[in-house]
Amino acid sequence: MDSLNLFPSEKASPASTDSAWSVLEVTMRAKQLVEGGLGTLWVRGEVTGFKKYPSGHWYFSLRDTQAQIKCMMWQTDNRRMKPPEEGTQVFVAARPTVWEEKGELRLTVKQLIPTKTGGTWQLKLDQARAALQKDGLLDPGRKRRLPAYPLRIAVVTSIEGAALQDIISVIGRRWPSVELLVVPTRVQGEEAEGDICAALALVNRVPDLDLVIVGRGGGSREDLWAFNTESVARAVAALGVPVISAVGHETDISLTDLVADLRAPTPSAAAEAAVPDREAVSGMVGELARRIAQGLTRRTSVIAERLDRAGDRLHGSVVSLSDRAGARVAQLAAQLDALSPLRVLQRGYAVARGDDGQVLTRRAQFPPGREFRLTVQDGDVRGAAK
Amino acid sequence: MTERPSFRDELTRLESIVRQMEADELDLDKALELFEEGVRRLKAARELLSESDLKVKRVLEAADGTLRTRDLDR
Repeated sequence: MDSLNLFPSEKASPASTDSAWSVLEVTMRAKQLVEGGLGTLWVRGEVTGFKKYPSGHWYFSLRDTQAQIKCMMWQTDNRRMKPPEEGTQVFVAARPTVWEEKGELRLTVKQLIPTKTGGTWQLKLDQARAALQKDGLLDPGRKRRLPAYPLRIAVVTSIEGAALQDIISVIGRRWPSVELLVVPTRVQGEEAEGDICAALALVNRVPDLDLVIVGRGGGSREDLWAFNTESVARAVAALGVPVISAVGHETDISLTDLVADLRAPTPSAAAEAAVPDREAVSGMVGELARRIAQGLTRRTSVIAERLDRAGDRLHGSVVSLSDRAGARVAQLAAQLDALSPLRVLQRGYAVARGDDGQVLTRRAQFPPGREFRLTVQDGDVRGAAK
Repeated sequence: MTERPSFRDELTRLESIVRQMEADELDLDKALELFEEGVRRLKAARELLSESDLKVKRVLEAADGTLRTRDLDR
């Protein structure tokens, strides 16, 4: 074998029988030329003559209208796959080689994708994902926090789809004080890709926007395809405000999902993530109201002691108010307002203050001649102690 | 388009009022003032929370490129 040279000069001329090649030498040299010259390729063709051997290795041919080539796929590469059906169009990632024993050119297949279910799409997806990755658009560090209480949300989806109705219904129930701006777009078909990009570009011109939801309901892989295109993914990444992507069902993950600040499994879930829950926030505000009332109760306790039974009633009602922590904010705020000490003035009490605004509550604070302001129901009266 | 104070700012201010009112050194005048402000802000928060009609609009682009909105037919 040490005589084997890829370009042996002594064998360049076919003239002499003395320098005849062995069969092995020819096949070995062809193998080296093929492997060195072609590398790994994607090849498209129709499966024919498929056989699975007991070892688990697959043998078949790929053909088109004018040629065919033998293929083999090792068990280690095909074990998670279903065998392709006879006659199906496939893409294979394969390394061309020469099989010395039979003197045959063949493909060692590493990956096989039926064109019907993946094919060019899978290739395009892989390429698009690689391009986005290269530009850092899939970097988790890019993801922004969603606003806690958005006021204005844009929704980019089909005006006719169930997705829009789901989003409107969920946000209407959870946080209806928001303004929802719908930017309609086609979400499937050949026009969808350009349409979605245009809609997203328009969204970027809407003022005072807090959040964007982009997506559509479930569908076939073809239906969801626009959301797997590089241009749509880049348009999503270019949005100036946080964006939630919701494409299809739980199991569908699109490129758009990967570049968005949040991926929601469905449009309804996107709406849930977009806004807070009104009931929970009401509870929180109720708690703040209770603590404000309590804070005032402590401050007014000195005055409350000096006021007679009416004062006791004020104190008592504020305390009983604090006990009803779960009460609705609406009632609480109204009651708090009614219980304001300024309202007490309407019932005939007055507050005395010094020139510096300090509340005067003790005899000692009224030396003869001391001037003070008396705040009554409709304003201040000036006076002096005798 | 509409300008509204952020709900988050309202809540942050209410929390700050609560903290001040729960501090020991606060004098009554200041407490009254904070209480009045608190009631006002609680009312505003309640109003926002009680809004029940979701506004849904469709964004339209005019020929000259300006944006406007129209109520969405639902």
